[in-house]
Amino acid sequence: MSSFPIEGVPPGRPSAETRWRSLVGNDRSDRVYRNVLTGLALALPALILIILGVLFMGALPALKRFGPSFIWTSTWDPVAEVYGAAPMIFGTLASSFLALLIAVPLALSVAIFLTEFSPRWLRQPVGFVIELLAAIPSVVYGTWGIFVLIPFLRAHVVPPLKAVLGWTPFFHGVFYGNSLLAGGIILAIMIVPYIAAVSREVLLAVPGSQREAALAMGATRWEAVRSAVLPYGRAGLIGAVILGLGRALGETMAVTMVIGNRHDIGVSVFQPAYTMAAAIANEFSEATTHLYLSALFEVGLILFVLTVVVNAIARILIWRVARGQAVGSQAL
Amino acid sequence: MKLTRFLAVAGLLGGATPLAAQIQLNGAGATFPNIIYSDWMLTYNQSHPDVKLNYQSIGSGGGIRQFSDGTVDFGGTDAPMSDSAIAAIQGNVLHIPTVMGAVVVAYNLQGLSQPVKFTADVLADIFLGKITKWNDPRLVSINADVTLPATDIVVVHRADGSGTSFVFTDYLSKVSSEWQQKVGKGTSVNWPVGLGGRGNEGVSATVSQTPGAIGYVELAYAQKNNIPFGTMRNSAGNWITPSLEAVTAAAAGAMKDMGPNTDFRVSITNSPGKQAYPISSFTWFLLHKTYADADKARALVQFLAWAEGEGQAKASSLGYAPLPKELHPWIESRLKTITAGGRAVWKAE
Repeated sequence: MSSFPIEGVPPGRPSAETRWRSLVGNDRSDRVYRNVLTGLALALPALILIILGVLFMGALPALKRFGPSFIWTSTWDPVAEVYGAAPMIFGTLASSFLALLIAVPLALSVAIFLTEFSPRWLRQPVGFVIELLAAIPSVVYGTWGIFVLIPFLRAHVVPPLKAVLGWTPFFHGVFYGNSLLAGGIILAIMIVPYIAAVSREVLLAVPGSQREAALAMGATRWEAVRSAVLPYGRAGLIGAVILGLGRALGETMAVTMVIGNRHDIGVSVFQPAYTMAAAIANEFSEATTHLYLSALFEVGLILFVLTVVVNAIARILIWRVARGQAVGSQAL
Repeated sequence: MKLTRFLAVAGLLGGATPLAAQIQLNGAGATFPNIIYSDWMLTYNQSHPDVKLNYQSIGSGGGIRQFSDGTVDFGGTDAPMSDSAIAAIQGNVLHIPTVMGAVVVAYNLQGLSQPVKFTADVLADIFLGKITKWNDPRLVSINADVTLPATDIVVVHRADGSGTSFVFTDYLSKVSSEWQQKVGKGTSVNWPVGLGGRGNEGVSATVSQTPGAIGYVELAYAQKNNIPFGTMRNSAGNWITPSLEAVTAAAAGAMKDMGPNTDFRVSITNSPGKQAYPISSFTWFLLHKTYADADKARALVQFLAWAEGEGQAKASSLGYAPLPKELHPWIESRLKTITAGGRAVWKAE
């Protein structure tokens, strides 16, 4: 160590960066170390490209046969070998959107309560229990959905919903149990812990001075949260929501057990629906013909692209919102 | 130094054990016969320690795919291979029936003193979405002894590809020309109405939690889980409660149409047998007509001969219908045609 000419470098002249670099890169073990790390760091992006490539190659026969109409036609007939993914794309987006609609207010309330209003002794246990929700296997959620949630919805939630909102197209028709509504609620419960946990971290990172300033101006606790804390952390909060959305888009097991697995598009949340992830999981092992298999590959490709697009939009949102003030956005 | 010593020891061991060389046979396919296959393979290995069979229950479609790719020595399937799939492997396949199963119509209606009765056309119209109420006149007229409620019928089908769906849709295709034109038969089809459940357990869970639901599950699964199921009228006009005997009767009834030179790729749904349960099916072993490895081929043929003989006694206790005895000579003659290196491998034990 002492043989390195640190003392010889004039203080402050080359930037700290170049001085640091001059110390490494010559030693063989350092070069090996660096190459190994570079390789490992590149392995993951490479893996994503490989997955994309494999999905694309697998989907090629279906892409050739059906072209872009695969995305907007809705017949899914393995006997006649006609495939269209519109109902699944719709179902994936609709169930995820419904889940966000339910989960975001819930998760944000939890996060705000825990950081702003909760007595100190309650924070840990409540936070812990909510995070525990994330540890429950999704097949357990699905089973619970069939045996507890759906009968509960049928007996106590759907009748009043129909009585009040039955005139809107969203709550029209007969409720058989397995439905978009059940799928959305299960998803919401599953993503609440993710959104709540990240939101809590974001809100905790908001400097106390923000709150104190608002309170000093005569704001109530709620006004302080609304006008000072939430705007300060909004980039991070959007990130939390997107994290939940990403999870909702890809969730398979719990959803397939309660959503009804029906290739249909309907605006009513009482109707059964299907999601892309569920269809792949259900049909892949018995997809006997090449075209059938290929159609499922294309569904996988669409899901992949959709997830990437959603994440890209989230990134852009965060960048735009975070300009200037960015609590929690560094973490994402 | 160490390496050479290791090699020497390995060489000694290798030289000392040629007689006990194990024959490892791998197979994959249908989940339905998994329980009896596992039992057979374990029992067979106890009396034949030199033969070890392995079966992975990955589903019929996966079994056909792996068998066709040559990654397994034998396959298992609930749906016979299509002509084009057989042509793709140059016809090098034999379908050997092993046991039988049935698909029953399960429903969720409270307070009925007797099972609901279904005829072929009523069942087809329910699954086509044309009969939508339990008190539809056509259902009521064949169920005079029970009071059917005025509730909606909620159809539940399999969402995953499945041999159970194949058997069920094969039956509906045979008895309803409208079903055949609109939907057809397959491990997955475009269901006109209904909710999808994943697996027998998914269908039965959804049926049990949805008032007025109707679905279809394997007979063995329904019996084991005390799920109420319906009585079917068969093609001879008799009302048949699903049972293992009625399934065996379906195969026996279908034998006349099959003939001794059959390739066994026959569906026994809607069988003409008097006491036949109409939604019955074989499950098949897939074997190659010619194998490269004579030892493997011989072991496989001998195992199957054992399964078709002694092994059948186990079937009923495990919830499977045994093959009719009359079928055994036909199967044996087919096993005798399997060759390796141009020579038949059959050798009676």
